[in-house]
Amino acid sequence: MRWINITLGLIFTGVLGFWGTREVISDPVYFLELLLGGITRGSIYALIALGYTMVYGIIQLINFAHGEIYMIGAMTALIVASVMGLWGWNSAVIAILAVVFAIVYSCAYGFTVEKIAYKPLRNAPRLSALISAIGMSLFLQNYVMLAQTPEFLPFKSLIPDFLFWEPYAHIITSVELSIIIVTIIVMILLGILIKFTTIGKAMRATAQDKVMAALLGINVNQVISTTFVVGSATAAIGGVLIACHVGQINFFIGFLAGLKAFIAAVLGGIGSVPGAVLGSLVLGISESFFTGYFWSEYEDVFAFSILVIILIFRPSGILGKHETQKV
Amino acid sequence: MLKLKDIHTYYGNIHALKGISIEVSKGEVISLIGANGAGKSTTLMTTSGVVPAKRGSIEFEGRDITHLPPDKIVKMGICQVPEGRRIFPYLTVAENLDMGAFLRKDTAQIKSDLDYVYDLFPILASRCNQTGGTLSGGEQQMLAISRALMCRPKMLLLDEPSLGLAPIIIKQIFSIIKKINEEHNTTIFIVEQNANLALKAAHRGYVMENGVITMTDTGENLRTNEDIKKAYLGI
Repeated sequence: MRWINITLGLIFTGVLGFWGTREVISDPVYFLELLLGGITRGSIYALIALGYTMVYGIIQLINFAHGEIYMIGAMTALIVASVMGLWGWNSAVIAILAVVFAIVYSCAYGFTVEKIAYKPLRNAPRLSALISAIGMSLFLQNYVMLAQTPEFLPFKSLIPDFLFWEPYAHIITSVELSIIIVTIIVMILLGILIKFTTIGKAMRATAQDKVMAALLGINVNQVISTTFVVGSATAAIGGVLIACHVGQINFFIGFLAGLKAFIAAVLGGIGSVPGAVLGSLVLGISESFFTGYFWSEYEDVFAFSILVIILIFRPSGILGKHETQKV
Repeated sequence: MLKLKDIHTYYGNIHALKGISIEVSKGEVISLIGANGAGKSTTLMTTSGVVPAKRGSIEFEGRDITHLPPDKIVKMGICQVPEGRRIFPYLTVAENLDMGAFLRKDTAQIKSDLDYVYDLFPILASRCNQTGGTLSGGEQQMLAISRALMCRPKMLLLDEPSLGLAPIIIKQIFSIIKKINEEHNTTIFIVEQNANLALKAAHRGYVMENGVITMTDTGENLRTNEDIKKAYLGI
């Protein structure tokens, strides 16, 4: 059986490689466009997937309301930018303030959702918390729909078209470029936070053993809240960026984006932060190639097929860990 | 220093501690011995606030800590090395030690304490960038004790420090426990199944059976007591 698998794998890779090389040589610019488009898409997934994976890592909960936090970030930015636009403020000031408000609001929602919907269920069976998460997601969608509007709202990009970038804009637009750069900066900052700061170490320690963390004086509840706040902040940044890219938002954008980011997190290995970034890029780039070279109508089908394949063949994901413990 | 008065603790419907009272004075080494399932670990977990007592009171340095959460109790100076060491497997040795000093802000003092534990266990210094999960059982126990020392505890609770270790390592660990007690005047509370070793190291001992304290005396007297010899020392 083993050699059949290997042979099939080699044939598949060979055909794909041959065909891919031919396509790249025949139209390298199109290939580059798709690749960069995929990285842009992957960056957005990564900003959302981080929240999923960090929360899963620390309390083993799939926070299905996370997509809504991202949507709330985009909504807040839209409202703030519109109001300030009416006052006629400078566009750079508007962009910065819109992002700051989006982060603050999303963090507040993320923090509150944890306190209301998950903390009381900390010691309940995991299914209860999951149902609570789905309920929270539906509630937030409908709340925004009722409080704002069910219509699509135009979102005027907060990122201007950079003049110096004009010659390359046909391959990758200023907005896409900004998305990639901002994502890289956020990833580096987050990496520093998790790896080197005391709160980052406490987050990792709490994820590995909550009782032991408490026995060393770590306030576990505070660490969990911090995790939700950090995840919400990156999701808010993702929400604002994607809104600039797509140009319109409504109360429902969090649903699909949340699910896609969830797939990316599972693909990379849920609970692993580098895994979420890697999974997002792999998902974004392969989606981009799939829609560019095959059928664009089947974009979402493709993403969910990846989820199914991963869950069957490698449920722990690309960078998933196997637990080992010494006695 | 530490006073447990008539403590009752439950796990669901199971009555694990049935009214135990223990008193520990400053600078003492106390051993709690007993068979599997007697409630020894529960006693420590109740003291640390992880499994709160249903009735009774716990006093530490004159303050009631019965209903405090674990992190507040650590802040008051009680640090526990729990059963099975519970090293953070994906943190490095150095990061594990950092977590021990989580509540402290005195950078210079932390640095010198770090040198102190690396001096106690030189093997940890040579493995400081390795993840905790890759250490051997004995090294993990050394790391667990060092991590607790990084808290600068007034009182150290040790749960089964000898569990699963080679005799030579056990000897080393117990001599270091003694050293910590003498050098820092740290009060030490040891829970052990290895009764002989634990009573030898202790000033005083308690014997526990099915959730109650059945006997208490000096370590030496308990070790020579005929009943204890029969039941726990296998002589």
